[in-house]
Amino acid sequence: MLTLIGIVIVVIGFVLRINPLLVVTVAGLATGIASGLGPLAVVAAFGKAFITSRYVAIVWLVLPVIGLLEHAGLKERARAVVAGLRGATTSRILLAYFAIRQITAALGLTSLGGHAQMVRPLIAPMAEGAAENQYGELPEPTRYRIRAHAAAVDNIALFFGEDIFIAIGSILLIKGFLDQNGIHVEPTQLAIWAIPTAICAFVIHCTRLLLLDRRLRAELEHNSEPA
Amino acid sequence: MMAGVSIVNWRDRSNPRRLNNTAFWGIYAVTFLVGSHLPDLANGFLVIAMVVVASVRGLGQGKQESATREEREASARRWGNKLFIPALAIPFITVLGTVLFKKITIDGTPVVDLKQVTVISLAIATLVALATGMVMLRPPLFAPIREARRLLDAVGWAAVLPQMLAALGALFAIAGVGNVVSGLAQRWIPLDNPFVVVTTYAVGMAAFTMIMGNAFAAFPVMTAGIGLPLIVQKFGGDPTVMAAIGMLSGFCGTLMTPMAANFNIVPTALLELPDENAVIKVQIPTALLLLGANILLMNFLVFRR
Repeated sequence: MLTLIGIVIVVIGFVLRINPLLVVTVAGLATGIASGLGPLAVVAAFGKAFITSRYVAIVWLVLPVIGLLEHAGLKERARAVVAGLRGATTSRILLAYFAIRQITAALGLTSLGGHAQMVRPLIAPMAEGAAENQYGELPEPTRYRIRAHAAAVDNIALFFGEDIFIAIGSILLIKGFLDQNGIHVEPTQLAIWAIPTAICAFVIHCTRLLLLDRRLRAELEHNSEPA
Repeated sequence: MMAGVSIVNWRDRSNPRRLNNTAFWGIYAVTFLVGSHLPDLANGFLVIAMVVVASVRGLGQGKQESATREEREASARRWGNKLFIPALAIPFITVLGTVLFKKITIDGTPVVDLKQVTVISLAIATLVALATGMVMLRPPLFAPIREARRLLDAVGWAAVLPQMLAALGALFAIAGVGNVVSGLAQRWIPLDNPFVVVTTYAVGMAAFTMIMGNAFAAFPVMTAGIGLPLIVQKFGGDPTVMAAIGMLSGFCGTLMTPMAANFNIVPTALLELPDENAVIKVQIPTALLLLGANILLMNFLVFRR
């Protein structure tokens, strides 16, 4: 029971907005000690897990390129391109990205997106640019909200598209786990049963995106009215 | 591969703004450069050192932009859509690599370890894109590193959070947290109503995913604790439907938790949003609605057998 203390620490730490790195470390040490491991063993386990998951950081390799391009005006160019598109609103851009991301994920091309590679350099500026085109200079909170939506679209489209692809990690995990418990399932079946949820995700979130457009209009329309 | 990342980090740190920054990223670079050769205990202490540096005084940020808005806009006009080439090259080449590497073999063994294909393709794509960018734009030699440092400083310690959470997950697993939780769950839910059991499973997947930070860690625990004994064995549900929709319910949880740092915290840092939880707040309504949809779907579909 005491091993649950790690969870408690994490929850309290996040609620109190203490630096997450500190919270996670303390929670990890507490859990390890509560489960009977000596302190040194816990630190070693921590170190080992950290090193084994270094591949996660490969994403940061894109920063030099993206930084370079941004210095040369990538975001401004993205906004200019959007300005040239007729009928481009924030929602339509995000909707299009949602569809592209979800469909390509369902086809197994899960790397065709990403926060460092796509959202920051391209999608977020485009969405912001569309709003700027329609309504002029945007107040900061609106900018932030549009960017947050861009990131959300990337996540949601990915999560609920990728399980339709047979060779994706989650399906392999499910199959492996059930196999170990003596239950045989077909990956294709697992993929098919992901489809209803994927459709729901599309409908639900795209509705919200369209509502976003309406909300932007309500908030910002009065800005572009003549004085 | 790790050497590539470590070199980026290491050279980054040669231009620190403050001592804390140098220390933090320097230690991180060490874990990449020599981590595989150090004993686990040493690595553990390195990690703790990083955390101490980050917490005691915090990491600072240098000057924000390296070019004024006018300079960037002028540059944008000059280069036009060619700016997109290196940017789009990254996903394109990554996908290309992922597909090709699976097919290229020498004497029947794959050239690249299959599990690492995507990651390695991404690394290669990034390097190619960087080369393209350098050739095209001809910036000063250290410009990429300078820009990378600017971006990485903006992201801050959030860059390390995903790895830390992976470490935490490993500790949870060692400590057997999962079994304790599923044991508790089994004692407290009424076992005779299939609807309640299905709902508990789905909500449990979401909740446990929120705690663990990813659905993969939650899935074995919840399925072994509730899904298999109750839904499948006791009520005769279809394990395929249960597992598929269960995993997706877990994903609903992923959308709502700061523990899924890669998806929820890193973007707010990357997009320079003042509210750490901005992305989560946007996602919560969709996540909850989808969780409800999943519960209904599972209830209707899992017992068709």
